[in-house]
Amino acid sequence: MGQQTALYAKHLEAGAKIVDFGGWDMPIQYQSLIQEHTAVREQAGVFDVSHMTIVDIDGPDAETWLQFLLANDVARLKATGHALYTGMLNETGGVIDDLIVYRMASGFRMVVNCATREKDLAWMQSQQAGFTVTLTERPELAILAIQGPQAIRIVLEIVSRRFSAKDSALVDGLKNFSGVKLSTWFVARTGYTGENGVEIMLPNEEAPAVWDLLLAAGVKPIGLGARDTLRLEAGLNLYGHDMDETVSPLSANMGWTIAWEPEQRDFIGRKALDEQRKAPGELPVLAGLVMEERGVLREGLRVECTLSDGSKQDGVITSGTFSPTLKHAIALARIPAESQQCAVDIRGRLVPVRLVKPGFVRQGKKVFV
Amino acid sequence: MSEFPDDLKYTATHEWVRVEEDGSVTIGISDHAQELLGDIVFIELPEEGAVISARDEMSVVESVKAASDIYAPISGEVIAVNEDLTDAPETMNSSPYSDGWLCRILPSNPSELEELLDADTYAGMCE
Repeated sequence: MGQQTALYAKHLEAGAKIVDFGGWDMPIQYQSLIQEHTAVREQAGVFDVSHMTIVDIDGPDAETWLQFLLANDVARLKATGHALYTGMLNETGGVIDDLIVYRMASGFRMVVNCATREKDLAWMQSQQAGFTVTLTERPELAILAIQGPQAIRIVLEIVSRRFSAKDSALVDGLKNFSGVKLSTWFVARTGYTGENGVEIMLPNEEAPAVWDLLLAAGVKPIGLGARDTLRLEAGLNLYGHDMDETVSPLSANMGWTIAWEPEQRDFIGRKALDEQRKAPGELPVLAGLVMEERGVLREGLRVECTLSDGSKQDGVITSGTFSPTLKHAIALARIPAESQQCAVDIRGRLVPVRLVKPGFVRQGKKVFV
Repeated sequence: MSEFPDDLKYTATHEWVRVEEDGSVTIGISDHAQELLGDIVFIELPEEGAVISARDEMSVVESVKAASDIYAPISGEVIAVNEDLTDAPETMNSSPYSDGWLCRILPSNPSELEELLDADTYAGMCE
């Protein structure tokens, strides 16, 4: 038996099939992955993501330390509650983890992946010399992600009843990638599905009652299976699959998360990335693949890529699935930057696929052409 | 919980076999197998008229989660395939033992049927 979140009994009550996920007993699906997926695209779903690790960073040097630790620049977070997505890199520019960091009233809060918790914490501790910072894990908090076109409306009603109409208005006014503290809750407009929605961090003991309120309001419980198909349709990376410590953020569609300016900010991995940047085209890229014929693209499949000079080079699928929204296969693949055409090796047969920007579905709609 | 109808024979690779009155056999995948696979989205049907040997890969079932081979439980000729699965592969999830059947085979060596598992034995393996 693994670790259990505060909602474990609720998952069983909802008929979840439980699997081990990074040492946690988590729901992979309740009834049908496709029905859960569709519920998030068309109505609203709730995910228990309490297995993720919350770390609060405080102390006089919290900001300067994070500017050194992370590839994105927390100085860009101008107001309390604002958030950004970033990689935490090693010296060679490989991705140790991807995470969201929030500016809190005092200090910052990071939410990192559960499977990488120990190495992340060890890395952070090893990089503290010369900085006065304290790291505090927050295992007493649960995290609920409520996502889908109806998600915010339902959350506003619950916030209004639990707190006040004024607090509900605060949540309603949140911009994407910003959050607000409401008593013991922190509510942020973030998510991992490509839909509107919020993530709520709240004390473990409050989570089951909120879960019940959400389900009573028609929100469907969503397992990790649909979480994966939703994030892949949205073109969002999954750590350990689409990138890891051997992969540059520039090869993982994370270039936009690197804050190159100000130039004098020396973050871990910067030297390596500066070198890589001087030779664009040499690094592989993370691209989207679309296959409209029958079959499913799977992680690990070989991608035969034809370059502009006619030569061929192999790439690999890093995440692949059947897209429940589009009703055909989609994938993320790491391929040579100069690839003109690609075909995927499916059981020995080369199937031509279309090359698109990573990102397939946003707010229920197809986004590539 | 998975169902294991008593009137069927099973394989360790999760196919089921029903012997019909005319001596042909109908084949599908077990309730347990469809549950493990989750939502089925594509099925590569065997070809009608194909002659196959027991334990040959005869079909591929793809769910959102995984691709899984289906093995011939018995040798013979494929005399019918369930074409409805092409447009409605999810029938294999909702009705694995009736509308979700895969194909019918005319056995060339009916004694192979004796090597198949009965419901209790198969259910025991799935625990």
